[in-house]
Amino acid sequence: MTMLSVQDLGVSIGPIAPLSGVSFQLERGEIIGIVGESGSGKSLTAMGIMGLLPLIGGQIDHGTVEFDGIELTGLSENEYRKLRGGRIGLITQNPMTSLDPLKKIGPQVDAVSRLHLGLDRAGAKARTVELLGDLRIPEPASIYHLYPHQMSGGMKQRIVIAMALGADPDLLIADEPTTALDVTVQAQIIRLLGDLVKQRDLSLVLITHDMSVVAQTCDKVMVMYAGTAVERGPVQDIFDNPKHPYTKALIGCIPHGLSETVRLKGIEGTVPGVAQYPSGCRFHPRCTIAEEVCTRNVPVFETGAKRAAACHFALEAAQ
Amino acid sequence: MILKYSIQRLLMIIPVSLAISVVIFLIVHLLPGDPIDNLIRVGSSPEDRIALTAKYGLDQSLFEQYFLWISQIMTGDFGQAIVLRRPVADLIAQNLPYSLQLGGLAFLFSSIVGLILGIVAWASQKTWGEQFVKGFILLGSTVPGFWLALLMILFFAVNLGWFPVSGARDWTALVLPVLTIGFGGIALVARVTRVALLEVGREDFITLLHAKGLSRPTILFRHLIPHALLPVVTILALRIGWILGGAVTVEFVFGRPGLGSLLIRALGQRDYPVVQGSLLMLALAVMIGTLIGDIAQAAMDPRIREATK
Ligand SMILES: Nc1ncnc2c1ncn2[C@@H]1O[C@H](COP(=O)(O)OP(=O)(O)OP(=O)(O)O)[C@@H](O)[C@H]1O
Ligand code: SF4
Ligand SMILES: [Mg+2]
Repeated sequence: MTMLSVQDLGVSIGPIAPLSGVSFQLERGEIIGIVGESGSGKSLTAMGIMGLLPLIGGQIDHGTVEFDGIELTGLSENEYRKLRGGRIGLITQNPMTSLDPLKKIGPQVDAVSRLHLGLDRAGAKARTVELLGDLRIPEPASIYHLYPHQMSGGMKQRIVIAMALGADPDLLIADEPTTALDVTVQAQIIRLLGDLVKQRDLSLVLITHDMSVVAQTCDKVMVMYAGTAVERGPVQDIFDNPKHPYTKALIGCIPHGLSETVRLKGIEGTVPGVAQYPSGCRFHPRCTIAEEVCTRNVPVFETGAKRAAACHFALEAAQ
Repeated sequence: MILKYSIQRLLMIIPVSLAISVVIFLIVHLLPGDPIDNLIRVGSSPEDRIALTAKYGLDQSLFEQYFLWISQIMTGDFGQAIVLRRPVADLIAQNLPYSLQLGGLAFLFSSIVGLILGIVAWASQKTWGEQFVKGFILLGSTVPGFWLALLMILFFAVNLGWFPVSGARDWTALVLPVLTIGFGGIALVARVTRVALLEVGREDFITLLHAKGLSRPTILFRHLIPHALLPVVTILALRIGWILGGAVTVEFVFGRPGLGSLLIRALGQRDYPVVQGSLLMLALAVMIGTLIGDIAQAAMDPRIREATK
């Protein structure tokens, strides 16, 4: 059953168009990884699905986002609010800044079940304590009364995950959930997310810098570059047989992950910003096999197919 | 924990007040002129003058005079006014309520209206509402208080006759002074509130609150405003001194009784005990204001409570 279907999503923020041509599908119980360097448009994709673009002055420009058969673009704010937190949970990048520092963490988690499940104070508290226990947080009943600054980053990220799970959602969107954490904690959180998907039959959009995380946890992957999707497919296929030159380069640097500082193997230069998106294929200035057509024509990114690669020479590149 | 902190801070007021009392005493006594000039009649002899000086202990060393004064204060005795010939405590007790009334009202008025305007400006971003408040903030932070006071007296009191020009007969006499002191305060509070809301609004946790499905009003009232109140409380605590200081000149312009009027009159006559007593009261009020501000901060922010443990 298709949980989420994004078709040719494009985002504008005022006069600029930082995101376009993003398409993927996600089934129930599946994990899709979205990878790409900093500035490739991963967070904008997440914000677009959550309907939170207005917060940064942006909006969905074209394309469709269908969640469990419901078209989300053009949904009224009130209807969207029922889905947000209720059926779609968001996990953000930096747990240090993701909780309200003035409020105890327990009630912050309670808010979700009270709002979406209509629980009373006591019911919500009981549910929160149980949830914290499920997330392997020791002594949940006393943790409940702590303030965010009294907890470690890893613990805070578990609280954020608890908030996302507060109303038993069907879909989780995790935007680089481990980037801000210690390496040892990173693995724990990723494993926790993987287990949750299995136990609760969730769908998960896992945004990450790290190709090795994708290899270990995801069923599918979509690779992004300079505000657009460049390749998509089942993880095994993509790793065995990357068709886009950029994906190839990414896979080449798995052992290091994709931090902003690590240079991509065999590719010169950096990701261009919104103002400098190149014409035609946005990757052409850095592509080793680019030809004249690449500077003129935008390569097609198939929306429906299992596999897609936005490259004029996808087949040749694969060899 | 908050209680312990409050008591600690309250005790700190004692040594600080002592230090301030020294400064006040020195400034007052080192000013040129003395109260005896205002007491002796024309034609009195130098002997009369010496006698008077001795009577009020002004012939003793500054050191001795200070200790006499401060030890009296310790027992709650503010001494006797030299020129006004009444107990200083009576003079203060008579005038303080007027100042507290004016300062308190101006304080409430500027904080409440300022907060509301700041929130309105934030909530109406990119519309005329924001422009209006921004214009007001600019006006309020540039127009000097005394000028505004004179303008308002001219317009509302003299031309329209809505309010008395001066005095403190009934509540109508309070309107113009409160407006005068409050005007700049509103602008300041509105500005701080608006900027704080804009800043907090960009934080990740606000995005996450939206992602939880909370409504905008809930996020505003339960999360944004408490955060915006932190800097507002800081600035308001600092303003208590400013408002009392402002009240001093505004009382004078509007011819109202009050600590400010008393101070200015006593200063003109070099009535040392009165000047010292009223300055000490003002300093105490400022310290208590700051203290209340700090305690409020600690009550609102668990991180500050942690740091004060
Ligand atoms: N509020 C905004 N206003 C203008 N441009 C923006 C805004 N947010 C993002 N962008 C631009 O959109 C592009 C994509 O940004 P996005 O945040 O989605 O990248 P990302 O893949 O999430 O990067 P990172 O790995 O650093 O989180 C970037 O070029 C960025 O500069
Ligand atoms: S379309 Fe051209 S420039 Fe872009 S990746 Fe393919 S070959 Fe390289
Ligand atoms: Mg991002």
